[in-house]
Amino acid sequence: MAQGLSKNHRQLDLAEAIAKRWHWKVNVSCDTALSQCYVECDRNQLLELCRWLIDDMDYALGSLIVEETNENWLLRYVFYGEPDSEAVHLGLRLDKAEKTTVPSISPIIHAADWQEREAWDLFGLRFEGHPRLIDIVRHEAWPAEIYPMRKNFDGSQPGPHPPVERPFQPYHVVQAPGAFLMPIGPVFSDAAESALFLLESVGEDVIRIWPRFFYKFRGVEKIAEGQAVDRVLLLAERFSGTSSFAHSLAFCQAVEAICRVDLPSRAQALRIVFAELERFRHHVAAIAGICNSTALAVATSQAGILEEEALRLSGTLTGHRYLFGLNKPGGVTLDLNDRQCEDLSSGVQAIFLKLARLYDLLRYSSSFLDRLEEVGMVTKDQARNYGLVGPIARASGLARDLRQVLPYALYSEISFEVPQEEEGDGYARLRLLFREAEQSAKILQKILSFLPPGEIAAREVALKPGAALGWAEAPRGATFHWVRLDEQGRVRRYHLTTPSFTNWHGFHFAAEDFAYQDFPIIMASFGLSNAECDR
Amino acid sequence: MWEWVWEGIRSGIVTTAYPAREETASGVSPGFPTDLPRTFAAAGEASVAASCCPTEALLSEDQQVVLREPRCIHCYRCLRQTETPLAWQWQGNYEWAVSPHPRVELAKKFGRSFRRSLHLRILDAGACGACLSEIEQLNKPYYNMHRLGFFVTPTPRDADVLVVAGPMTEHMRQPLLSAYEAMPTPKAVLALGACAIFGGVFGTSFASMGGVASLIPVDILVPGCPPPPLAILHALLALIGRVEPAACELNSSSPGGERGD
Repeated sequence: MAQGLSKNHRQLDLAEAIAKRWHWKVNVSCDTALSQCYVECDRNQLLELCRWLIDDMDYALGSLIVEETNENWLLRYVFYGEPDSEAVHLGLRLDKAEKTTVPSISPIIHAADWQEREAWDLFGLRFEGHPRLIDIVRHEAWPAEIYPMRKNFDGSQPGPHPPVERPFQPYHVVQAPGAFLMPIGPVFSDAAESALFLLESVGEDVIRIWPRFFYKFRGVEKIAEGQAVDRVLLLAERFSGTSSFAHSLAFCQAVEAICRVDLPSRAQALRIVFAELERFRHHVAAIAGICNSTALAVATSQAGILEEEALRLSGTLTGHRYLFGLNKPGGVTLDLNDRQCEDLSSGVQAIFLKLARLYDLLRYSSSFLDRLEEVGMVTKDQARNYGLVGPIARASGLARDLRQVLPYALYSEISFEVPQEEEGDGYARLRLLFREAEQSAKILQKILSFLPPGEIAAREVALKPGAALGWAEAPRGATFHWVRLDEQGRVRRYHLTTPSFTNWHGFHFAAEDFAYQDFPIIMASFGLSNAECDR
Repeated sequence: MWEWVWEGIRSGIVTTAYPAREETASGVSPGFPTDLPRTFAAAGEASVAASCCPTEALLSEDQQVVLREPRCIHCYRCLRQTETPLAWQWQGNYEWAVSPHPRVELAKKFGRSFRRSLHLRILDAGACGACLSEIEQLNKPYYNMHRLGFFVTPTPRDADVLVVAGPMTEHMRQPLLSAYEAMPTPKAVLALGACAIFGGVFGTSFASMGGVASLIPVDILVPGCPPPPLAILHALLALIGRVEPAACELNSSSPGGERGD
């Protein structure tokens, strides 16, 4: 209770500080239940507010959400900070009738660069002062004047794709004798996901890299519109299969925030169990990917064995190897009995012991370390400027984790460590994956030993109109899901900000100025998913 | 380096005995509802029972509920989320690849010469990552498809089978057609997972075309979301005539089958 009171106080202090600083010209409101401050500002104060949040308050940009109503454009900039600080939402309302532009915040916050480009591409909103407002989602076959996320665009019909007159022509930046451009993708030689990487070089080193994504654009946000919540849940769960539980969790939490549902504590504890099991499996798979990229065959096989064992463990206990079908608004669909809890705890522990053994072998294999150390560097400043999230940011010394910053489920009641490394190279990312897997195993052991008794879902979830933000720390980093429900309980707007989208933005820091043969290793040490990025 | 050699030997052989013997380990497959069709007392009851399915995999015909495996996405709603849980169980089988062609034609396509060496080209047309992760498992010790003569090849010029996952996004249309055209004949197309078969949860929309059959003819379908590695192995073996594909009626209203010629 005392904690709740001090939280309220702190939040009011923050609200007052903002109101005072802007001479009571902005409208500030607080929502303690959601731990957020909402600031309604106009276009003149936006940049100043952003600068204050980023520079003075050390906040990071989480998401930019655009909504369309009959008369207005509603923009919402979501910021989050250090642990135990509230999220700050800046709201900007623009009249649709005046053909206005939006002031771009990208010049001061690089993290907004791709988010503004996405809003430009999907809504046709022009961001004034944006350094490079070019297509990101729509590829060349899209007619220039059709913006798929606008309400007047019918997403259910096949796309308006006339035959392409001029296929995509990458442009060269590097002008030097012997300069050449090497395209990699969109179809890769193995089971890698579709994306195109254009590497410019004059010889051995990659001088400039230009990635092109959204080959896998399935328009999840658009096809969710007008659908029932339980249908959109399937989309939230299945747009990125390797982090499905985290994303369905963020979606469910948004719906629960709208409908003000209180969850039984067993449901929340089980959510932590499944989320950490997913993180554990994901990290084992990422480690296998790094071993594979360095062509260390035995280590790849060993890590592959552990990954399959984690998949089988998930399959045995939940029915599904990738933890699909476990979440629903109001709780989870599956309970674990004492025996299963024991099996899961000991199963994860056994896999972790083998993983630790593998790690010990890896860190004494000098030929392996040579490929990772001081390769693919991302500095702390770069990570902060680009708002990088997840293991990549934490390996560069930026220890932000939504489980601590904005605790959800029961994370505020269990103690765990958020590992951090300083070097920001491939080896730091590998070490971080190991340490996070260790933490997940520990959390699982702790929480499985005393699951609170009770129901596994709220009795009833009465859908109400409204909007809320749901978030989760997915295996790859912070994800934000914005959901707006209409009067009929259908989804009116669904916006996803995913860790892969956020982190691919900073990928060029790691890949530039390194040799060609390092490229696959840098990619593997980032371990990002294009399905999660492209949506 | 000797530690690695020792580590490899120490862990022994974990590879499944499939197809020589059935794999009995738990957790290798998400399974499908079993014992269908199920007969209900009234036609109304049957349609209520089938209505919990979000992808119309459960179909009510008169008083019966039947399952169309190609449309099932393992959401478990018919098992866990209906008010009166339907009394069926899920079975962890995995030999469920089906073909829109008659079996004779399927066997004729490659003949005997491909039975011990088949090269695959994997194409991601918007997959969520789970299908691709399961393919990667095929290359790893537990499934090790090399022992059966299946190889992933880096170029379509060497490929015999195009493995397509994902709901066929508009943006991947051109890369897919280019890859397909570059393949030498005889060539086959394997539609991997519910998305590649009928669009999965993404369906047909402005951004995705609802399955690969809308673009190129498909020779074998592997239901599942995602299909487990053993189901993919079964499909590949069925493609070269080493095992029987599952018996499943793919009539004209069934997904994926209509354009296969």
